[in-house]
Amino acid sequence: MDLEKFKVHGGVLIYGAMVSIALATLAIIIGLTVFKKWGYLWREWLTTVDHKRIGVMYILAALLMLFRGGIDALMMRLQTAAPEMKFLDAQHYNEVFTTHGLIMILFMAMPFIIGLMNVIVPLQIGARDVAFPRLNAVSFWLFFFGAMLLNISFVIGGSPDAGWSAYFPLASIEFSPTVGNNYYSLALQISGIGTMLTGVNFIVTILKMRAPGMKLMRMPMFTWSVLITNVIIVFAFPVLTIALALMMFDRLFGSQFFTMANGGMDMLWANLFWVWGHPEVYIVILPAFGIYSDIISTFSKKNLYGYTSMVASMVIISLLSFLVWAHHFYTMGQGVMVNSFFSITTMAIAVPTGVKIFNWLFTLRKGRITFTTPMLYTLAFIPIFTIGGVTGVMLAMASADYQYHNTMFLVAHFHYVLIPGAVFAVIAGFHYWFPKVFGFRLNERLGKHAFWWIIISFNVAFFPLFILGLMGMTRRMYTYSAETGFGPLNMVSFAGALGLAIGFVILVYNIYWSTRYMPRDTTGDPWDARTLEWATNSPIPAYNFAVVPTVTDRDAFWVSKQENIPLFKDQIKKIHMPSNTGKPFILGVIFFFFGFFMVFSMWVPAIVSGVGILITLCAMSFDRDHGFYIPEKEIIATEKKLRGETV
Amino acid sequence: MKIDASKPLEYSTEENSNKIFGFWVFLGAEIALFATLFTVYFVLVDRFASGPNGSELFEIGPVLLETFLLLTSSFTIGLAIHAMRHGYKKAMMFFFGITLLMGLGFLAIEITEFFTYVHEGATLQTSAFLSSLFVLLGTHGAHVTFGFLWGTAILIQIKRHGINPATANKSFIFSLYWHFLDVVWIFIFSYVYLKGLM
Ligand code: HEM
Ligand SMILES: [Cu+2]
Repeated sequence: MDLEKFKVHGGVLIYGAMVSIALATLAIIIGLTVFKKWGYLWREWLTTVDHKRIGVMYILAALLMLFRGGIDALMMRLQTAAPEMKFLDAQHYNEVFTTHGLIMILFMAMPFIIGLMNVIVPLQIGARDVAFPRLNAVSFWLFFFGAMLLNISFVIGGSPDAGWSAYFPLASIEFSPTVGNNYYSLALQISGIGTMLTGVNFIVTILKMRAPGMKLMRMPMFTWSVLITNVIIVFAFPVLTIALALMMFDRLFGSQFFTMANGGMDMLWANLFWVWGHPEVYIVILPAFGIYSDIISTFSKKNLYGYTSMVASMVIISLLSFLVWAHHFYTMGQGVMVNSFFSITTMAIAVPTGVKIFNWLFTLRKGRITFTTPMLYTLAFIPIFTIGGVTGVMLAMASADYQYHNTMFLVAHFHYVLIPGAVFAVIAGFHYWFPKVFGFRLNERLGKHAFWWIIISFNVAFFPLFILGLMGMTRRMYTYSAETGFGPLNMVSFAGALGLAIGFVILVYNIYWSTRYMPRDTTGDPWDARTLEWATNSPIPAYNFAVVPTVTDRDAFWVSKQENIPLFKDQIKKIHMPSNTGKPFILGVIFFFFGFFMVFSMWVPAIVSGVGILITLCAMSFDRDHGFYIPEKEIIATEKKLRGETV
Repeated sequence: MKIDASKPLEYSTEENSNKIFGFWVFLGAEIALFATLFTVYFVLVDRFASGPNGSELFEIGPVLLETFLLLTSSFTIGLAIHAMRHGYKKAMMFFFGITLLMGLGFLAIEITEFFTYVHEGATLQTSAFLSSLFVLLGTHGAHVTFGFLWGTAILIQIKRHGINPATANKSFIFSLYWHFLDVVWIFIFSYVYLKGLM
């Protein structure tokens, strides 16, 4: 076999990455063996179908990917910190911004959010689990192995290098001859299927599994946002599935979808990509809106202002999100009428978004505000996101966009929306719900330290890019000459990126510190919060609620605390649970190999693993496991222990 | 597991009715998938470059046969579900089996068609039109293939365990899937073949 195509040539950095990946893997394997944790890992995590554990694994994977994407970002900022830097060459820079964009959006922001919704949504609606626990495990492992497949591209064969949007003809085999974009089409496909299944699962969960009395218009705002998001997922992801499949056919089998000859149409890719791509940004931002809504109302001690208009505006945003895709390529020649249409729909999105901002402000008004870490991120989000939104409206004006298009102004804009809109939200949600999952809070002092580092550095890192963009610096540019005058502001931005890195280090250190020193919370409700997830114990027992709650109002838990209405009326009875299974994990592994062999056009092994996939699916169909019951006595004992009473 | 006897077997537990609802949602995703493929096809249909176009390539005979097989199989799977509701295991398995065989027949004709096209020099690589044609038909065909395997697995389970809430639920969901493929085929038949032949 021709081993040459597996190799990546790129000097010290690549070899460094290879060595560190190898060392890390070795360390994990040795660690697991020495501490005899293989069995534990398999029984408790790899085979789990518990939505909370799956959620935790999503979040861990997302944190890992945040690290990887962050290193990419630092490398780019270092390379452009001064004129004529020699740190990365052009090809390498291309690969780094491509993987940075892909990883941050698809393998960091989205799984982080899916992780939070896995942990929290069933609790918020008073359910014992998601509708399809095993399918949930399948979703996770497909996402996970898709992400791994993309990550190994860095050291085996080469990363995709045509931008996260992979426009044709640049991404065609002719102009991007390495296997990089094969990885793109297969890794995203595998994880995308997982995401689509998540969408189905959560729609059914939210519509069918709510506790008695939990009407739709009584659901917490986070659950609402997740419902709407999953509807977007179910309708947007199939478009990506097709786009990626066509890309794969073009690159691997010589079809003519996006080629320049034989009738192919490169703009077809751009359209398909953004028909999925724009809804995708709402997939990461709507749940963030939900998280912020819950946090604002908890820490203002008030119910959410304008509940109905919050829901309505999310529904409108989700519809509009499918009607704006061409604003990503106003300059690519589709004529005035089309541009005007998309310009208007895009600006229209600002209206429901503005409604939400005002609702949050009115919720804060006259509230008894406590400035906890999650609340600080939320308060910082409002003005920063507004800057992102306003610059978005500037970009939405088609004729003005000819000036901004593909400049650093755009890069500044979308980081100003995505970072407060998604990253701050998941960090806020992480701090907020951490005690629910682990039974103790993160340290507030360290948390606020990290907060100030992150908020200030974020602005230092990205505000200069607005100015650089207006000065004419284009995006995806790996270097520039001193005469351009871009140097000083880029240096400032690099400093900001370093500050962000410090902030994240403090955040991670806080997790370590708090695990060791923070006192246990036995109330289950450390923030004096409002929604059902706080009504059960922390850490959450496997069965979620010993007794299924009965809901009488919005903010059900708050009302029950204020007016002494009991939430749990029934007796404790034995509870039915689904049993663990290793098949989703195995399916993920086989998908990984299938993807890998396809990337390298190794047909025989690819077919063999394809058959493996079918056999695993068949085995899942023949499974006749009906789960098990947790006996009453065990539930009572667990409840007592979690409340700190001795058994 | 609580079984609600007032409902048909396939809906009788909460899990069962969730699964059926979930499958409807999944079909929503499938509609989006095929809608995208049709859009791609319509965008590229006139871009046949130096290759043949639809009217030069298509022949009505085999396509009518395919249509006949698939439409009839949609009818027989309906009969199978009907028999299932009455608890007639034998009849159900018979109609289920017929359905799968017709699916297989459909696939055989489709594959022969593909070979004919390629033989006439119309391949995936020839033109954008042909790429989109092969991928649209191929995706539908792959769904039928998957359906054949899936249906076979269900049939074996019915044979082994009889008609119970679990197998009834699976069969019912399978029937939804099969009807859906039929609907997609009707679109292919009208908008790809009939329109192409005009
Ligand atoms: C943590 C701090 C971050 C820094 C310092 C950073 C920095 C950068 C830089 C320097 C670029 C490339 C600019 C260019 O040369 O064109 C870039 C591109 C990009 N970033 Fe970030 N970024 C960060 C976080 C994020 C996050 C959280 C997301 C998404 C959730 C994100 C999404 C993207 C995307 C989509 C691109 C475009 C990639 C492409 O051009 O194909 N970034 N970022
Ligand atoms: Cu957009």
